[in-house]
Amino acid sequence: MRFVDEFRDPGLGRVVAGEILGAVEPGRHYKVMEVCGGHTHSIYKYGVDDLLPANVELVHGPGCPVCVIPMGRVDDGIALAHEPGVIFTCFGDMMRVPGSEGSLLEAKAAGADVRMVYSPLDALRIARANPDRPVVFFAIGFETTAPSTALTIMRARAEGLQNFSVMCNHVTIVPPLRALLESPDLRLDGFIGPGHVATVVGARPFRFIPADYGRPVVIAGFEPLDILQSIHMILRQLADGRCEVENQYKRVVPDEGNAKALEVLAEVFELRPHFEWRGLGFISHSGLKISEAYADLDAERRFSVPGVRVADPKACQCGEVLKGVIKPWECKVFGTACTPERPIGTCMVSSEGACAAYYNFGRFAREREVV
Amino acid sequence: MTEISNREQRILGIIETARAKRPKFRDERINMAHGAGGRATQTLIEGLLVPALGNASLEALADAGTVTIDGLDLALTTDSFVVRPIVFPGGSIGELAVNGTANDLAVAGARPQALTLSLVLEEGLEADVLRAEVEAIARAARAADVDVVAGDTKVVERGHADAMYICTTGLGRIDTRARLSPAALRPGDRVLLSGPIGEHGMAIMLARGEFELDAEIGSDTRPLWPVVDALLDAAGGELRCIRDATRGGVASVLNELARASQVAMIVREAAVPVNPAVAGAAEILGIDPMYVANEGRLVAFVAPERADAALAAMRAVEGCEEAAEIGEVRTEPPAMVLVETAFGGRRVMDQLVGDPLPRIC
Repeated sequence: MRFVDEFRDPGLGRVVAGEILGAVEPGRHYKVMEVCGGHTHSIYKYGVDDLLPANVELVHGPGCPVCVIPMGRVDDGIALAHEPGVIFTCFGDMMRVPGSEGSLLEAKAAGADVRMVYSPLDALRIARANPDRPVVFFAIGFETTAPSTALTIMRARAEGLQNFSVMCNHVTIVPPLRALLESPDLRLDGFIGPGHVATVVGARPFRFIPADYGRPVVIAGFEPLDILQSIHMILRQLADGRCEVENQYKRVVPDEGNAKALEVLAEVFELRPHFEWRGLGFISHSGLKISEAYADLDAERRFSVPGVRVADPKACQCGEVLKGVIKPWECKVFGTACTPERPIGTCMVSSEGACAAYYNFGRFAREREVV
Repeated sequence: MTEISNREQRILGIIETARAKRPKFRDERINMAHGAGGRATQTLIEGLLVPALGNASLEALADAGTVTIDGLDLALTTDSFVVRPIVFPGGSIGELAVNGTANDLAVAGARPQALTLSLVLEEGLEADVLRAEVEAIARAARAADVDVVAGDTKVVERGHADAMYICTTGLGRIDTRARLSPAALRPGDRVLLSGPIGEHGMAIMLARGEFELDAEIGSDTRPLWPVVDALLDAAGGELRCIRDATRGGVASVLNELARASQVAMIVREAAVPVNPAVAGAAEILGIDPMYVANEGRLVAFVAPERADAALAAMRAVEGCEEAAEIGEVRTEPPAMVLVETAFGGRRVMDQLVGDPLPRIC
């Protein structure tokens, strides 16, 4: 594929890997967090860590939209799906996330009309085709996917669709990053910044990381060469004693973000006072809800949602995995009680989740020689 | 290395043991993942059906069972077709119902001889739609050189089936050149693929119109006996095993056989043929073509000394010109499939874990 294969060139990969090797200080151990689940996925899919020296360790961050959804929200979604006549729509990954009593996939088998969609517009199409039935879209994701939900809500309003509503679980990336950086047990040398989120919000919102916490950030694309190059840029900053936000993904990410998308977000959503994150607890101003102006399209206001808070399973250490404090295989239940077929924690559910990715792909990326 | 990596090794050992073990069926209800051809399907088959019905032929978990009558080795197989939509670019449910079953016989080393045909029809189905499918069945049967010798029809109330379901059972005589077994793989064997992958599954996904995505992709449904015949000629007893890579794709076939033979496999991603339209659609949808269904592609495992001859023989068969050697069988780690990525890294290619995929066959 043109314009894609160029970023997957193994020859160039070896060149950048050589440059990384040249940039590391022998004997020093580097921990770099890729914030975004999309990066985690690419790293395993292409075997990127295979090309890194053993003293450069990648830590998987909290940027997988499915992984951060708490059980209580899944339960609320399932309750909505069981409302009479409801067609409940969500992304495929979301269907397997366990709530306190099963997943949406199991709710579907038990009779709820749960349908997998690839975009919120698909949900809108289902609503048009079924005017007699309420259609709910379970919206998840960071600033990356929130604009498409917002546009869908605006279109539903414009079309006067009465049977469509959205259960909004959108979250924002900066508050959890700040929470992570405040965590006393965190040890990280730098961040691979979330390229897709930055496409919307720009590079500026990440400046607090070098300014307040003294860690370099490189906003990166999702092809394997992008990731390798961004790691090299972080290591260069560390070697030069610099600490700033750099933009490796300039071909897509403008420094000031996408003004139009930000406008749409401001129109349709407002910040919740606080929102619960799987494993990270409640974080202030980290979640979006549908604004007053679009209240009639808010499934949470239209239906009575139980809204019960469910504690994370005790044995599950998704929180520590998300914070990068432990590696997936260091979790007490990893690979034994918690597997991709029977996940306990959300990190094991989505293929972008750190645990599922490690379970599926991790073994051979770990057998590297120590430099 | 450190104590921590010992712990990691131990955890990885647990995962490997779990992968190799016969799964238990513990689900409370059947969900769509049980039909997707991945781990959940395997759990249903190996955790419920095989223990209840167990016998040597079934436990081999081959595409067709074998029955010996008075010294004559026969292969017997059955398959149901529930694809939606019933007509799609490159084929239709009727053609699929013939090729799917005939191919399960072919990859068992048996020349397809006879089929039975069972139709479950939904009340209200248009006669012209049915007539077109019956004609498609007749055409496909002629092309595969197989007779439909018996059949059955049932009609169910509107809403109790989706237009039509077809079940076919096939009987074939196992070729005397064939020495095929899922447990026959040996380290050093080469892995051959009969052509570009992912076309059937991708054609169906796009034909359902659920994505706003247009691409010129047609199903690859075709009879596989001609290529099996060519392989048997070229490699004979050195041909270890053949599988058609249907639901779950090439990745699932490789994983099943790695487990059955307790060997490892290494696949060179760059060597796997994928047509550009399929690669593009898969990229956009975030799907790995290795997991996408095929209806006219097989994976063959051949002893190294006959691999080149087998590959040349495959490429001489119409529709298989792009056949390729994609990897080889190794010793360690048993029951695992590894990929050398086109980018130069390595990873594990695991079984599909029950994505709720649409009905594709």
